Order: sequence, then C-alpha cells, then structure tokens
Amino acid sequence: MSTAPANAQSVQDTKPLVNDFSIEIGTVNGSGSQTANSVLMRTIFQMGVPVSGKNLFPSNIAGLPTWFQIRANAKGYVARKAIVDLMICMNPETAKDDVLKLTAGALVIYDEPLKLNTLRDDLIYYPVPFQKLVTASCPEPKLHKLVKNMIYVGVAGQMLGLDMNETKNAITKQLKGKQKAIEINQAAVDAGFTWAAENMPAQNRLKVMVDNKTAGNIIIDGNAACALGSMFAGVQVVGWYPITPSSSLVESLIDYADEYRRDENGKSTVAIVQMEDELASAGIVFGAGWAGARSMTSTSGPGISLMSELIGLGYFSEIPGVFFNVARTGPSTGLPTRTMQGDIDICAKCSHGDTLHINLYPGNMSECFDFAYESFNLAERFQTPIFVVTDLDLGMQNWMSKPFTYPEGDFDRGKVVGEKELAAMKDWGRYKDVDGDGIPYRSLPGTPGGKGAYFTRGSGHNAYAQYSEKPEDYTALVDRLRAKYETAKQYVPKPIVDDTGSKRGILAFGSSDPAVMEARDILSDGFQMKTDYLRLRALPFTAEVDTFIKQSDVVYVVEQNRDGQMKALLREFYPEAATKFKSVLHYNGMALDAQTIVDQINAFEK
Amino acid sequence: MTTTAPAAPTNKLGLTKQDYVGSKSTLCAGCGHDSITAQLINAAFEMGIEAYKVGKYSGIGCSSKTPAYFFNQAWGFNSVHGRMPSIATGASVANRELINIGVSGDGDSMSIGIGQLVHAIRRNVPIIYIIEDNGVYGLTKGQFSATADLGSVLKHGSVNELPPIDPCTLALELGCGFVARSFSGDPKQLNTILRAAFAHNGTCIIDVISPCVTFNNHDSSTKSYKNAKDHDFPLHELGFVQFNELEQVEIPAGESKVVTFPDGSKVSFRALREDYDPTDRFGAMKLLHEGVEKGEFLTGLLYLNTQKPTIHDTTHIADTPLVHLSQAALKPGKDVLAKCMNELM
Repeated sequence: MSTAPANAQSVQDTKPLVNDFSIEIGTVNGSGSQTANSVLMRTIFQMGVPVSGKNLFPSNIAGLPTWFQIRANAKGYVARKAIVDLMICMNPETAKDDVLKLTAGALVIYDEPLKLNTLRDDLIYYPVPFQKLVTASCPEPKLHKLVKNMIYVGVAGQMLGLDMNETKNAITKQLKGKQKAIEINQAAVDAGFTWAAENMPAQNRLKVMVDNKTAGNIIIDGNAACALGSMFAGVQVVGWYPITPSSSLVESLIDYADEYRRDENGKSTVAIVQMEDELASAGIVFGAGWAGARSMTSTSGPGISLMSELIGLGYFSEIPGVFFNVARTGPSTGLPTRTMQGDIDICAKCSHGDTLHINLYPGNMSECFDFAYESFNLAERFQTPIFVVTDLDLGMQNWMSKPFTYPEGDFDRGKVVGEKELAAMKDWGRYKDVDGDGIPYRSLPGTPGGKGAYFTRGSGHNAYAQYSEKPEDYTALVDRLRAKYETAKQYVPKPIVDDTGSKRGILAFGSSDPAVMEARDILSDGFQMKTDYLRLRALPFTAEVDTFIKQSDVVYVVEQNRDGQMKALLREFYPEAATKFKSVLHYNGMALDAQTIVDQINAFEK
Repeated sequence: MTTTAPAAPTNKLGLTKQDYVGSKSTLCAGCGHDSITAQLINAAFEMGIEAYKVGKYSGIGCSSKTPAYFFNQAWGFNSVHGRMPSIATGASVANRELINIGVSGDGDSMSIGIGQLVHAIRRNVPIIYIIEDNGVYGLTKGQFSATADLGSVLKHGSVNELPPIDPCTLALELGCGFVARSFSGDPKQLNTILRAAFAHNGTCIIDVISPCVTFNNHDSSTKSYKNAKDHDFPLHELGFVQFNELEQVEIPAGESKVVTFPDGSKVSFRALREDYDPTDRFGAMKLLHEGVEKGEFLTGLLYLNTQKPTIHDTTHIADTPLVHLSQAALKPGKDVLAKCMNELM
C-alpha cells in the first residue's frame, strides 16, 4: 500500500485479498490459544487453501506473550509474510504494540475493554465483548480462560467467510475423542460466530473462498516428520536430553514407537533413554552404534556444543550415529524459541582436530522424512556421525505437505562382516581400506568364532586398530577419513537445481526454500530479474554444486545467520570462485520472508 | 629326547588361562592395576566366561589402559575421559547379551565422569565397573584426585585439603545393587568379588584400592600398600559358588548368610563383624561411615541386592537383543505409513 488511508472507511475501498493474506493472533502463553489457532488454520486448509502456521512462543510455561501467524496463499507461498493483514489482540500486555506495528489498512479484532481504537485512525477495528460471550456460552467459570480463545475463531470465521462445518471437523480432529471438550469449544465458536453475524459490520477486504489446492495433503511439523523417518529406518537405540526446539522430535518418536514398534510379546524394538545430558546422549548413540544398532539423538545448538567431544570420538574411531540438530538462535542460550541457521559451521566440522562431517539439509516436510530415513543408511555405510540439520522453523511449525512416500527397499547396513566373512578373510584389519573408497570393514561385538575382535579407541591407531603414534600411521588414517568424505559425494542427496541460464545464481538450503521460491517470483515478475536456484541438500558439496558455481557470474548465498557460515564453507571448498559469493543474510530470530531476499539482491544488483 | 610339558588346566569351555590374557601391560612395574587385571583373567577363566561376548570399556587414565591387557578375544572400547558409562549403556541396550566390564580410575569416575557414573548406577546398567583407586592422577604425573583423603600428602609434599568422595557410599546412596571394596594386594578376596560380579545382573561397583607405586606409595599416603595393609578390615569371609558347581560344593551353613543370584549362583558371607548384614543397605551405610571415623578401611562385598530391575527392564525392550532383530521386525509396513498420513490429513 503506497499511502495510508485517511480513515478506516476508505480502507474498505481497497482491493480485496481473497485467499492471500496473513493473520496474527497475540495471546498469553499457556492460555490454550494453541488449540484455537490450530482450528483456525485447519479450517482454511480444509477449505482447500494452502496455509502455513508459525507459533512465535516465549521461553516460558505460562504468562508471557505468544503470537501465532497464519498465512493463507492460493499460490502456495508458505514463507512468513512480514505484513499482517488481520491482527487479533487477546493479550492486554502486548495489544498496544501489536496495533502500532501494523501497516495502514489492517483489520484488528480486539477485546473490547482494551479500547485499541484510540491508538490509530488508519486501521479497521472490530471490538468484541469476549468476556460477555464466554460467560454466556460456557457454564464452567474455570474453563473461561481457555474457551475465550475459541470465541475469536468464531468471530474471525464469520468475518472471513470460513466454512463452519470445516471448523467443526477441525475441532473434532484437534480434540480427538474428548467429547465434552469438543462440545464446550464448539459452543464457544458458535457464540463468536453468531455474535459477529448479528453485531459486526461486514467486510470484503479479506476473504477465504473454497479452493482445491490442499486435497490429499497433510499438515505436519518437521520434528514429527523426522521421527517418522527414523521409525521407518528401524532406529533401535535413542539417547536424548530435552531441549527446545528438538524435544518434540523424540517425543513424537516415543508415541509412534509405542504404537508401531513392538514385537510379538508387546515389547519395544527400540530403546529410548532420556539421558542426564547431551554428552551422555552422544555416548549412548556411539555405544549402541558400535554394538551394531541404528542409533540416534536429537538436540539443538547447545547440545551439539556439549556433544562435540564424543562426536570427535565417533568420527575418529568410525562409529555410526545420527544426530538431529533442530537449530535455534545462538550462541549460548541465545533465543531458545526462535529460529536460526546458525549451526552450519559447527555441524560441518564438529570436534577439535581435522573433522569433516556428512550433513543433510531437509528443506520441507517430505525431506525431513526421507532424509531422516536415509541418514541411518549413510551412518552405517560411512561408519560415522551424520547430522540432519533442521531448525525451529522446520521442526516446530506447521507445514502443509504431500503425504510421504513409503521408503521401499532394504536398509543399507554398510560393510559389516560376520563370523563367516571373518573366517574367510586372510588379513583382517578393522581400519584397512580394502576397497579403496576409504570405508573399512567392521565387525560387531558378540560375533563368535574368535576372529574379528578389535580395540576401539579415540587415540591414534593403525589399520589393525592397534595404538600407534607413528607419523605415517596418523597421516594415513586422517587421509583415509578425508577419502571417505569424498566417497560420500556419490551417496548424499544431490541439490535441486533450477537453471534458467541467467548466470545469476541463488544458493540456499533448509527452511529458506519457501522464501527463496517466492522471492524469485517477485524478482522475475516485479523486477524482470531472472535467477537460477540451487537448493543445497547435503555436505559434502557434490558435482552439481561445482557446475552451478562455475556457470554463475554471481552466487547469492541465502542463509539465516550473521556471519555467512555457508558462504565461508563455499569459499573454503571453492577458493577460485571466492569473489562470486554474495551473502543474503537474515538473523533476527524470525523465519525468513521473501521481501528480505528481494531487497538484499536488489541492493547488490544496483 | 623330548619332554612333554604338563597340559595347562582348562575350564568348562576347554580354554586355558592363556586364552584370557591380553597385550603386555605398559604400566609401571608393581602397579596395583596389574594385579586387578590378573584377577579379572583368573575369575573369567574360572567362570568359563565367553570372551567374544565381552565388551570391555574404559575412559582415560592409567586404569583405562588396562582393558588392552586382558581378554584378547573381547571387544575393547577405550573412549574419552569420564564418558565410558554412557558408551557402555548404549552397547548394553543395543545388545543385552553382552557381558560388560568397565575399568576406570578415581579421576575418571569421581571427577570428570561422576555424573555419568551416577546415572549408569541409577539406571542399573549391567556392568562390572571397577574403579582402580589410587587417589592420584598418574598419567599426568601426580595430581590429587577426588578420592584422596583429607590431609594426605603427595610425593613432592603438597597436602590435600579437600574431603574425599567415597565411591562406595555414593553407590549405596544411589541404590546400587552390588557394592564392593577390595584391595589390589588381596587377590583372594578380589577374585571372589569378581566372580560374584560376573553372576550379578546389574551395575556392580567395585572400588579397588590400587596403590600408585610411582606417585602415591610413600608411607604418609593413605592409598599406599603399607597403609592399606595396616588398615584393611575385611567385613566377612566371602565364598562364591557358581550355579553349575552347586552340586559338588556345599555352601557353608551355620553363621554364614547366603544370597542367591538369579542364575542360581550363590555367595556366602561368614561374618567377621557381628553386626554386618550385606543385604541391609542402611546398616552398610552406617558401618562404612563409622569405619571412616575410626580410620578403618573396610573391604568385602558391602551390599548386595539381586532383585533390582535393570535398564533392560525399564526400557521394556525385546528379549532378543535389539541388534539381532531383522529388518522385518524393525521397519513398519506401508499400511502403517498410510495410517499415519491419514491421521494428519
């Protein structure tokens, strides 16, 4: 909007936004707003309109402010939209700021006693007597606080033209089987809807119309998707320590495993152990990996910092293990409930000494599932820790997705030798590079036959796993580990490349993808600027990355951190192209939005 | 003319003691740790332990080198300082049939690794956890550890002014089901304790006073051979009978107390201290504390509870070792994914 309307009335005349707007709801943490927000989002989803939902929550159990953003977009843009079109103010503490930050013309639903309409005259206000409505609709006073939020679902539903039958379905889905809760919440929605229909002036600026773009889709968060991938990958041992934003990954896995990973006696086929800290979590991962199990942990940046000691051990003594890092804003405690791609560097090289790790960067829900599954194959194939790097935005937010595809085929258990193979081997050595690919053969504890036992150590060792401080043994070992990393290029997920021949490259990864996709359309439609796009999905960098860099005159490296950590890695591995890389950065804790990318690329292009 | 050497004795598996040895020790001559290694070899030989089923774990320090010196056919894992308990925990839940032996020291277990040890005990991870306790950091050339007694003096004269942590009272407090203290200079008692430990299903904490001949064996050190010998008060005479020997051996009756392990093996305690009952945790705690007051160094199997659930029980894992489960048992079918997807639509 170029000019602010003089008053609210003229806003009514501006262009209506149908199936393309954003809602932000300001509530109090712990007030039950999550249910209301999910129902609102699901209603739009079930009407066939693509949506995304982002919960901006505080590091707090109850009482502090929290916001939920819903974006509906017919074209399927699901990145965060920086501009809010409808604000619902339920939190007295933040209501004033929530209103002051809005762009002129926005709609505001608010709790009547807050009297927000005195703050600005360029917004459209809808005061609602929430307390009166909740008292009338809900007989139990102790539930009033929770049910109050459902009122705004009804009010907003009436205002936006939502299909109340879909709201009903969403409530039933959300509160699975809890009949009384369903009734109470439905009554609150109905009260809000009826009041709005009778008392609120109609508006045509924001509307949801039935569409057909979500049929057959699911809504899921990345942590649950990773949990599912791990379950189907047959994970056998999990060690974990609770940390935001990764806790729900293992918690989802516990729920799924409880249902789908039991043997014929009802006993579990996966051991999930809540450890005393992240160090111990890494320890159980490597102990189990060493013994031949598929093992994993899930953590966030502070956990990775702690684990780095044992990750170095796993790398150097060549033990499989999967490490999910659902990154949050660092360093130190940082912003525990905000997102960041700030652990690129630590995950690429975690530990002291020379280390290079295989990293996977899922960029959407299907990839969270697929890469989680594949990470166990890679860990066992390469006998090394594998990092699956997501972030809070992917891990904890609600995303629409096509249903996941069942991973057909057998697990890749890597080069494991049993009793028979060992008996046939003439010169068994745990760390011998028999095949020239840097990957040795390993035997598992408990293998009978008297051959194959070896001594695992984090200290220097030769090809026969014997302690060694000889210079040539050390060099041979670390050079082989590097060769193994090179071999991994043939196995890791290749990048997704969209080459328009523009020689103006964008390189991004992970949760930046939706914003990049949208930004490319804005650049193309609004600025006649074509771009090529490589979405990186793994380390090490593969041949496709080589080609992309070679054929681009400039490569905009989009990442959500201050220092351009991925750009630094690219410069290290492609020193000849060092000047081609330009950083497009975003690091305020919020999810990346398209406009940020557009603005920064435009600034470079001037 | 040829002479035939007498055949070496064999155990129930037909193995000789030689089958249980490891590489040559690189510790100082006369190190107490080597005596412990020797008793581990003896106990395993006598018990007929299948070495290929053994995982032997350690952290960092002189003690942590010793897993290389026994059971060549077992699987060794020399991990990082203080982190052995979590490594062993992972291995134990992955393959519940592994026989786990952890060798640690007072630095590894009572300082850097005390958190991990505490939680391994709490989870009752099946492991024979030996603390080779000399009160000093040998490998870094003689600094005090957290088990050094108040007022003990180092070779170069510095005095320890901090109170010690006692691994045995700590283990008792945590509810450990097998708590023992011994002395590397008492091979007979140590051997019996180790044999009992092999029969126990759960965490066995065995604190073995093992004097450091290089840095902490002078007469003023409380962890010296002389001091340990002068102040060692065995609580009881220990007898251990393995389940497969029960038919041949009568358990001494009378005043001795007998505790049976789940596999049928029995350990007998003939009291030397009338007030001592090895199944009474509070009594054990009281006596240990009184011993400290009197400057006594009480040895023996201090506490035994064979009925505690292990980590295998509390994780509710399959009876088959998880590592032996097939892909079919580990990978849910297409129908399961379809069901999960449907719930999310």
